[in-house]
Amino acid sequence: MAEAIKIDNLDPEFKDEVLDKVPDANFDFCLTCGTCTGGCPASEQLDMDPRKLIRMLNLGMDEEVKKSDWKWVCSMCARCVLACPMKINIPALIFNLRASVPREKRPKGILGSCDQHIRTGSAMGAAKEDFEFTVLDVAEEIRDEQPEFSGLEVTVDRVGANMVLNQNSREPVTEPEEMGPLWKILHKVGADWTYPSVMWAGENYCMFLADLEGWKYIIEEFVHHIDNNLKSPYVVNTE
Amino acid sequence: MITIIELYAQWIREGKLKVNSDWNKDLGAKFTVQDPCNIGRKSGSNKIVDDLRFVIKTVVGEENFIDTVPNRDNNYCCGGGGGALQAGFPDQRRAYGKTKFNQIMATGATYVIAPCHNCHGQIEDIGHHYGADYHVVHLWTIIALAMDMLAETERTYLGPDLAEVGL
Repeated sequence: MAEAIKIDNLDPEFKDEVLDKVPDANFDFCLTCGTCTGGCPASEQLDMDPRKLIRMLNLGMDEEVKKSDWKWVCSMCARCVLACPMKINIPALIFNLRASVPREKRPKGILGSCDQHIRTGSAMGAAKEDFEFTVLDVAEEIRDEQPEFSGLEVTVDRVGANMVLNQNSREPVTEPEEMGPLWKILHKVGADWTYPSVMWAGENYCMFLADLEGWKYIIEEFVHHIDNNLKSPYVVNTE
Repeated sequence: MITIIELYAQWIREGKLKVNSDWNKDLGAKFTVQDPCNIGRKSGSNKIVDDLRFVIKTVVGEENFIDTVPNRDNNYCCGGGGGALQAGFPDQRRAYGKTKFNQIMATGATYVIAPCHNCHGQIEDIGHHYGADYHVVHLWTIIALAMDMLAETERTYLGPDLAEVGL
């Protein structure tokens, strides 16, 4: 039998802590209707669901809320917010729950990808030299082997290009040929584009890790490079 | 900041990207799509995912596109997002992905276009895990195939029905 919750012993500190950071999170507005839970693919995993999480938070069951690994199963897809009649920002709660775990105790896979990105410019740990070598090499192969594309141009850090493209690091690292079709499309339309060498990868695992500083560092380095060095007006997200 | 999907749509509308679905008229390969949460629901509008549908219908033929239900801003996350692919909870991730898997199976499509790398990885994984034989492809692969410029080395993700098309 389930144990009764003794409310008198609880104090919802964590809720106030999150509300300080996310003032529009509206946890107190929860009507317990369960619309969030009905449409959430993560419901029932690890004996948790969005409605239950909000109830526990509002009751002050801080310890249990923080202890649950559900924050790593939820993908922060925001379908709950779209459905919620009171627009409660559940993903913001998840982000803050992730951030409440000491950084070194967060999932190794996500942590490793975030650290690699900060260190090398991509979650898969490919440094800018490796990235540049790979894309130029694949482009040369296409020029050599596909006569229709003998004039294919692929550049890294070309100053003044109209568009700067990011690229998920899985392509250059694990399936470099997959970049070919994209480049050929760009070639056919006569796009004026380049890749950046700094923070060139499209992913950002520091965001998933809830490492605000790391997340910000990656974005700021990228923006700084585009604005000050490449001076390109557009950034194109390729996924 | 703009997505490549919006640019594909713009270039098709402007006539710069000359592409059509003639290649698939007789073949009739069926496609569905995964709406990445970040460019759908989390972008605050359906503009990008509507462009995505416009591009796909142009390159595979309207009659060969079968949408998921629900879709666009109400679409289900595949379960690979938010770092889930590397979070260390594979059983829960796959249980999460069962919703997406069922949704894809209900379309009857042979190909799932996944314009996000996390979605691509997760949808392939749940396909293998739950025993489906759909193929997960990048959007650029299908555009290049329709433009008759997809090299032999760029066909990793195509199934046997399309592996030789245009070679």
